[in-house]
Amino acid sequence: MQKKNLVLIALFMALAYIGVPWIIGVSGRTDFYYTLTSVALLSIASGGVWLTFYIGRINIGQGAYALAGGYVSAVLMTQYGFSFWASLPLAGLFCAGLAVLIGLPILRLRGVYFAMVTLVLTEVMRLTALALSITQGAKGITSIPLPGELSVFGVTLVPDFSTMENPKVGFYWMAVTLMIIAFAVLWRIVNSRLGHLCRSLQQNEELASSIGVNTAYLRVIAYAISSFFGGIAGASFIAISQSIYPSSFQVVDSVNFMLNCFLGGLGYVLGPMLGTLMLYFGWDLLFTTGKYQLLIYSSLLIALMLALPNGVLSLLDRKKA
Amino acid sequence: MEQIIVNGLYLGAQYALIALGLTLIFSLMNVLNFAHGQMYVLGGFVTYTAVAQFKLPFVIGLVLSAVVLAVVGGLVEKYLFRPVIKKSRREESTMLLAAGIAFFLDAVILLVFGEKQRGIPKIIDGVFNWDFIIVMPYDRIVIGVIAILIIAAFILFMQYSRAGRAMRALAQDKVAATLMGVAVDRYSMLGFALGAALAGLVGGLLVTITGINLGMGGPASIKAFMMIMIGGAGVISGAIAGGFILGMMESVGLTVLSEYGDITYLVIFASLMVFLSLRPQGLMGKPWG
Repeated sequence: MQKKNLVLIALFMALAYIGVPWIIGVSGRTDFYYTLTSVALLSIASGGVWLTFYIGRINIGQGAYALAGGYVSAVLMTQYGFSFWASLPLAGLFCAGLAVLIGLPILRLRGVYFAMVTLVLTEVMRLTALALSITQGAKGITSIPLPGELSVFGVTLVPDFSTMENPKVGFYWMAVTLMIIAFAVLWRIVNSRLGHLCRSLQQNEELASSIGVNTAYLRVIAYAISSFFGGIAGASFIAISQSIYPSSFQVVDSVNFMLNCFLGGLGYVLGPMLGTLMLYFGWDLLFTTGKYQLLIYSSLLIALMLALPNGVLSLLDRKKA
Repeated sequence: MEQIIVNGLYLGAQYALIALGLTLIFSLMNVLNFAHGQMYVLGGFVTYTAVAQFKLPFVIGLVLSAVVLAVVGGLVEKYLFRPVIKKSRREESTMLLAAGIAFFLDAVILLVFGEKQRGIPKIIDGVFNWDFIIVMPYDRIVIGVIAILIIAAFILFMQYSRAGRAMRALAQDKVAATLMGVAVDRYSMLGFALGAALAGLVGGLLVTITGINLGMGGPASIKAFMMIMIGGAGVISGAIAGGFILGMMESVGLTVLSEYGDITYLVIFASLMVFLSLRPQGLMGKPWG
């Protein structure tokens, strides 16, 4: 089993790093770089949402942390002269800290209440970005520099993006690498003691706390990790678009992050990745249908839900059974 | 000050109607209806079509809105929510379905009615003016009164009719209600239809005053969520209280906070967070809904 998994992982990495650039090179569809970069980054944020599902909470507030992470990174880069690579973890940490502060009161809520509060949180973040002066209100922050060189002890790990002949390829590599790291971390968490405890929260919180699980602490930890992912994704996104506005991440995005998790399947670590790929690509492919795009897209979504209410990856269970 | 209170009451009556439908659906089926705002917009467009294009009286337009939305709601429950709830392992999966329906309704509205802002002429002209203490156009007063009458009728229906009693029993305890011979499927469908019809009615009422456009659905849903959080999800009195409280806060906030810029909703959201951390189940909700 372990060996089979390793082979699968190797195959996936070969596909992501060698296969995709090759296919794009052959077919000449360089616009896929941008699409796939977006998918990779969005799936990081969705992975965070998935972790909150794992402790039994419905999180529709990831857009808030993506926006916060984006703004932290943008402000650090444009006003304090940080490099992108330094601002990326700082944005994540800022979101994690924010999540602890916000999470302490709201994680006491459950079920639909928690879902609704997080939904409202996205709107709060947008309004805050509009009202504060450091975020420059509705004008947003524009002309954010491209990521510079990243070197450790004089060895250049990542060259300066502005010297690359095609920064899009650079972003693709960065996003895919980040995604693989994020999902490896997620997989490790799920298969650790922390993951087992989280599962106990998902099933029955009272029972878990009665046998000595520190539920309040676990909830906040999981939520903070989830928001860290959101912040990272948001910060990377604005590095690509080189601008950020209060409307960069809004309620629709938060809802989409949640949908990605549902669609892929809540029982699988890779669920959010697959869900993001399907939703984003599905939407893009339907672009040719013009004004019927939304109609077809939503009908497919509803049909998929009717056929596979437990997510696409639930097809795997049936084979086992 | 009097003006602010009257404005708040008028807003609150409409908000309470939206929240009532949402909370009814939630209490019966544990479904958070993301498509509620879209249903409200659809109701507005139905009234607009009936009144502005077919020259029907406003009242008939309202009734049509309620009927069309009731049919839509009933069908959505029977053919979409019911099978998914039966098959799904986690009941939250219905959220994906609800969001899909919201997108779908958006698409249908866009294709059928277009993206333009639509409105119908005032139903009554003139402005009520009491010494410049309270100034209120007559049509707003009429709409407010109609909204309050609908709320009263709804409460009476839920309290005293057989169907209303059955729905309240279902909301309280589904298993016990089934054992007592309540037809769960039929009343879930009826409840969903009724909830959707309420959303349609509000849309029909508002099209005379603010008009209606495609983009109003999402924000309306968010406001409705806030109202039922304030009052407590799944409780009828809570939805009404939540609606009036939000209406009042908006009305007061727009007046008092106007000098600090557009921060009314920021303040409302922030105070909602604080309130919910002190009382997670809302004003009148049962703990953990």
